[in-house]
Amino acid sequence: MWTDLVATPLFGITLTLVVYLLAQHFYRRVSSVWANPVLVSIVTIILLLKGSGVEYRDYARGGDIILFLLGPSVVALAVPLYQRREEIWKRKRPILIGVFAGSLVSIVSACGLAWILGGSREIVLSLAPKSVTTPIAISIVEKIGGVAPLTAAIVVLTGCLGAVCGPEFCRRIGITSPVATGLAVGTAAHGIGTARMFEVDRLSGAVAGLAIGLNGLMTTFLLPVLMVISGY
Amino acid sequence: MVRGLTLLLLFQLCGEFVSRVLDLPIPGNVLGMGLLLLGLMTNVVDIKWFEEAAEILLSNMALFFVPAGVGVMVYGNLIASEWLPISVATVLSTFVVMAVTGKLAQKLETPEQDNVD
Repeated sequence: MWTDLVATPLFGITLTLVVYLLAQHFYRRVSSVWANPVLVSIVTIILLLKGSGVEYRDYARGGDIILFLLGPSVVALAVPLYQRREEIWKRKRPILIGVFAGSLVSIVSACGLAWILGGSREIVLSLAPKSVTTPIAISIVEKIGGVAPLTAAIVVLTGCLGAVCGPEFCRRIGITSPVATGLAVGTAAHGIGTARMFEVDRLSGAVAGLAIGLNGLMTTFLLPVLMVISGY
Repeated sequence: MVRGLTLLLLFQLCGEFVSRVLDLPIPGNVLGMGLLLLGLMTNVVDIKWFEEAAEILLSNMALFFVPAGVGVMVYGNLIASEWLPISVATVLSTFVVMAVTGKLAQKLETPEQDNVD
């Protein structure tokens, strides 16, 4: 009976929501960036599934329904972008140059470090779009010959890291402007970073949302060029 | 809420359609965002129709990533096999990108702001 029940969407949806609400409660209590509700929820659910022997496949029946809402959420990023269009348009130059530099540095640093540390070709290529939003990262990596599931995992880990440490890190190194902070976290940590920026500041969130799209576009076109130049 | 969500899904659907027909490397939801922005700028659609649904979705966006993150568990062995280059490259690169993008944008932003304010 239990195995039938966990295979219904009800199980995955309820588990995700209960764990997420508890994680939010925990986050408010401990006030540490590492208690980030997304990170805590992911780790908790993985441990619960592993501990109880429930297959990921069964969890995903419900999980995928929650994940589906990410699609319209990305479309909805146009709303804050439109609302703050004048402030953003005034800063088009820093935004475009900032994201372009971030996109370039992301590819070169991720691939370069992995290559120096003896990573295989598959690993190096799978790391290339690590700061790009999952669907774009997957389509990029399939074209250049990386491992798509590995890229998906790395993208999520990057997003969590940027969401957890991003705002605090930016403040510590003297990045104080809401536009620059949103741009930094959105470029490095795509949607997960953007979700975090919306909690900090609306303008930062809007800019981070723009950075997701821009970084995705720039990486798509930059990566093949860099591969030709480097001869990798 | 229902009207807003329906319209957002319609824009996503248009984005998916364009992405597939033109065989673009850009996913439908990102194209949908671009199309909605275009629709708002050209007054084809009214921002009021979207505000409520967008607010609900965007303020809960972090939750929608949880199932994607749980998916990492399936690739645990793959990550474990080359954990050192993966973890070092991911962590260092993420901080470097934030520092470069943020610092550069802030530096370029300051003189422009002075002219405006």
